[in-house]
Amino acid sequence: MPGQAQLLPGTLDLLILKAVSLGPLHGYGVLLRIGQISGQALLIEQGALYPALFRLVRQGLLKATWGTSDNNRRAKFYELTSLGRKRLREEAAGWNRLATAIASALAAQPEEI
Amino acid sequence: MKLLAYFRAIAARFFHRSQLEADMDEELLSHIQHRADDLQRSGLDRAEAERHARIEFGGHERFKEESREAFGGNFIETLIKDVRFSVRVLRKSRGFTVIAVITLALAIGANAVVFSVLNVLVLRPLNVPQPESLYALEHGSDRSLVLSYPDYLDLRDRNHSFDGLAAYNNFQAGLDTGDNSTRAFVDEVTGNYFDVFRIQPFLGRFFHASDEHGPNSAPYVVLTYAYWHSHFQGDRGVVGRTVHLDKHPFTIIGVAPPGFHGPVVFFGQDFFVPIVSREPVEGQNSLNDRGAPSLLMAIGHLKPGVTPPQAIGDLNSIGSYLEKTYPKTDSKMRFVLARPSLFGDAAGPGTRAFLTGLMLLAGLILLAACANLGSLFAARAADRSRELALRLALGASRSRILRGLFTEALLISLMGGAFGLWGSIALLSGLSAWQPVPKYPVHVAVNPDGNVYAVAFALALVSGILFGMVPVRQVLRVDPYQVVKSGSTTTGGRRITARDLLLVVQIAICAVLVTSSIVAVRGLVRELHSNFGFEPQHAMLMDTDLNMAGYHGDAVPGMQKRMIDAVEAIPGVTSVGLIDLPPLASAGDTNPSPVFTGETTDLRPANAAAISATYSVSPEYFRTAGTALLAGRSLSWHDDKKAPRVAVINKEFARKIFGSVPNATGRYYKIKDGSRVQVVGIVENGKYGDLTEDPRPAMFFPILQSPSSGTTLVVRSNRDPAQLAAAMRATLRDLDPALPPYIETWSKGMDPVLFASRMATFALGVMGVMGVMLSLTGIFGMAAYSVGKRLKELGIRMALGARRQEVLQAALGRAFSLLAWGSAAGLILGILASQVLASIVYTATPRDPLVLAGTILAMAFIGLVATWIPAQRVLSLDPLTLLREE
Repeated sequence: MPGQAQLLPGTLDLLILKAVSLGPLHGYGVLLRIGQISGQALLIEQGALYPALFRLVRQGLLKATWGTSDNNRRAKFYELTSLGRKRLREEAAGWNRLATAIASALAAQPEEI
Repeated sequence: MKLLAYFRAIAARFFHRSQLEADMDEELLSHIQHRADDLQRSGLDRAEAERHARIEFGGHERFKEESREAFGGNFIETLIKDVRFSVRVLRKSRGFTVIAVITLALAIGANAVVFSVLNVLVLRPLNVPQPESLYALEHGSDRSLVLSYPDYLDLRDRNHSFDGLAAYNNFQAGLDTGDNSTRAFVDEVTGNYFDVFRIQPFLGRFFHASDEHGPNSAPYVVLTYAYWHSHFQGDRGVVGRTVHLDKHPFTIIGVAPPGFHGPVVFFGQDFFVPIVSREPVEGQNSLNDRGAPSLLMAIGHLKPGVTPPQAIGDLNSIGSYLEKTYPKTDSKMRFVLARPSLFGDAAGPGTRAFLTGLMLLAGLILLAACANLGSLFAARAADRSRELALRLALGASRSRILRGLFTEALLISLMGGAFGLWGSIALLSGLSAWQPVPKYPVHVAVNPDGNVYAVAFALALVSGILFGMVPVRQVLRVDPYQVVKSGSTTTGGRRITARDLLLVVQIAICAVLVTSSIVAVRGLVRELHSNFGFEPQHAMLMDTDLNMAGYHGDAVPGMQKRMIDAVEAIPGVTSVGLIDLPPLASAGDTNPSPVFTGETTDLRPANAAAISATYSVSPEYFRTAGTALLAGRSLSWHDDKKAPRVAVINKEFARKIFGSVPNATGRYYKIKDGSRVQVVGIVENGKYGDLTEDPRPAMFFPILQSPSSGTTLVVRSNRDPAQLAAAMRATLRDLDPALPPYIETWSKGMDPVLFASRMATFALGVMGVMGVMLSLTGIFGMAAYSVGKRLKELGIRMALGARRQEVLQAALGRAFSLLAWGSAAGLILGILASQVLASIVYTATPRDPLVLAGTILAMAFIGLVATWIPAQRVLSLDPLTLLREE
């Protein structure tokens, strides 16, 4: 699929935290939300989402409760814990620093050196 | 709904695992349903939508597996699954399992046994309070521990470093409990002995320093717990009873706590008496003699805060004071501190080095076993590559497969460890009951303790991991696609694989073991046939001490003469000689004493011309013992108290003091009491203390001039030893029923000095045999495996007209070349390692054509036996059947 990028390792967790921070979501919902907020630019293998979700739950960054979805189906909803919120802030800041640094590095012109 | 969630949470706690599993299934299903809903909305029908949703989701099982891992904490569950699966796999290949378990059981068992002995003799502290601060005083000059009683008193009273300094000596005594007279091993100890060890009596009381009021003031006996049980039937009424020790009355006042038997781990004495109660021997009390080393060892706890170097400084300043004050008797009073448990550094370092070496060898055996099992495992993994590939293709992760293989390895190793430990416990209980030197109470309780179990467990784990690791690379390399497609993983197979390397290492280890055991056995054989300076064959020793029956002073020589005459009258006895303590008996005791040239006037130890072994013998001793007289005459019954003092010396004595043998006869020298002694005869050199010693001076005095209550009759006869012993015992009983003798053949009497080399040879022999067995199975496994793998190829070769030996060459050539390389490497290593052996086993030398030939023959034999069955299989190949079936 043109226009789609592979995820960098480690970024899936950050994306999940961000997606869930906008409101409680079930697994498929997380997938849709990431697609939506990234402008459909990021490709996530559907199944790969779940190990990451479980890992985040175990780390205490997310908490999960069963509920009913818009489709009227039972689904497990994830929301951020306070720890998760803190982690999201840190990771986002870290990512932004990295992205800025890389962007400025790539923008360097010969005459600037 | 809330209530339901609540119950769900509770249930989740109880049925955590299955709940999580169901939860996960439901969630994944929910995902697929949601996706299908979306797809349905975009126009697909429901069935098609669900199918698409599933495909998009990807490897369902794989993600479930990863999710389980993400959950963590399911270690136990996975473990149980792995164990169950492994048990199934192992049960399917029973032969493999049995061989692997037996191999490991042998290797781990050997390690457990060696470690137990090491643990007891070297590692485990003494069974007394605060053993870590307990030290023995050792002379810095010759590493001996002996002290004279007056010197001990000075050291005890003048030092500021020890929290009490105790000392003891051991001797044999005749114990008369009223019913019978037996020989007993007694520790005569200083009054503070039990207080220095900080122990409390099991029964009754101990004696203390306050009980000592001069000679014979404290005729008390404290029994060891073991002796109380074996000789007094654990009778609590024993306290207060009077017994006779060498005919003198003593009162039993207490029983020592179980497990306490003094500071030396391998010596089990019978009881303790205060040293002040020592009877004057030969009319003089050696306790007052500053020159007589009458104490075996002095021991004490360092005071808190005192370091060993500080204590040594303290002791040495007392030492220089003693040297200055008593120049006649005290010299070289420099001390170091030693651990008492193995008699300080006298026996300690040798024992320690040998046991450490043995432990290393045992470790090598285990390593060889691991190499063996590792290659077996690798071979199995190769055989199972199809199964592994299939599992990989179906979504099992490589780590999970490795985990399974490790579980199998660990299961085998733990089973092997359990069986090995079981066997070693049986062996060790036998070893604990064993008395290596029946005459002396030497035995070691080597019952395994927690340390041994821990070590066996750790070894089992480590070896499981070691050999489980071998197939790892292989599994990581497996390409499921290739394997499933072509059905086998034979990739080249010509280059050297890890398995080959392992086999070479293992064969090398085996060759090391074989070399060292052959070296040791050869050494021992030569040791048994070396020249001792006497002829132990066809000679019996009857050992007794006249003190035990109350003979003193002038009564001693008369009784000795009567004994000689009576035993000589026994039919079949050729000759009888008497010596106070025969050479090479009693673990190296030779009564060393300084001798001086005839011109020396200042008889301080520092001026001694030599230190000579000292013996008192009857005139017939040399003839009876088979010691050759080189010059002059033997002693005679006329060399008595009225005649001038004379001695027979050995060749080394003559060389050292007088320059040469012809020079020496008729010349004079001085002994430490100042007497001038004339040399009347010279005998050949012999071995006196132990077999590894260099030639050393020895002098033999006539018993009439230098009487000794210690009496050993050497009886030469061709009669059956058992019959002769009975006759000798009866003869002695007729002379004096209160005299308990110990009768044995002279060869047996030398057991104590041969003990170390015998043990070494035995242990190395066992290791060698184990090494051989491991190599056998290793090479067999390798050969059988490679033949099995190449049956098809070999069949084709035969069908195309290859001759049998060519086929054999193709099938087994590799095994043989590996064997050759391994043997060569092992032989060289073994020869290097055997240099160490030479320090324990006298005359052990690896530079011996027989050793080389023996090792090469042994390895060739191993190769032949191990490849016999695979070779038969190759030779009986029927190409037609083979090609039809494959």
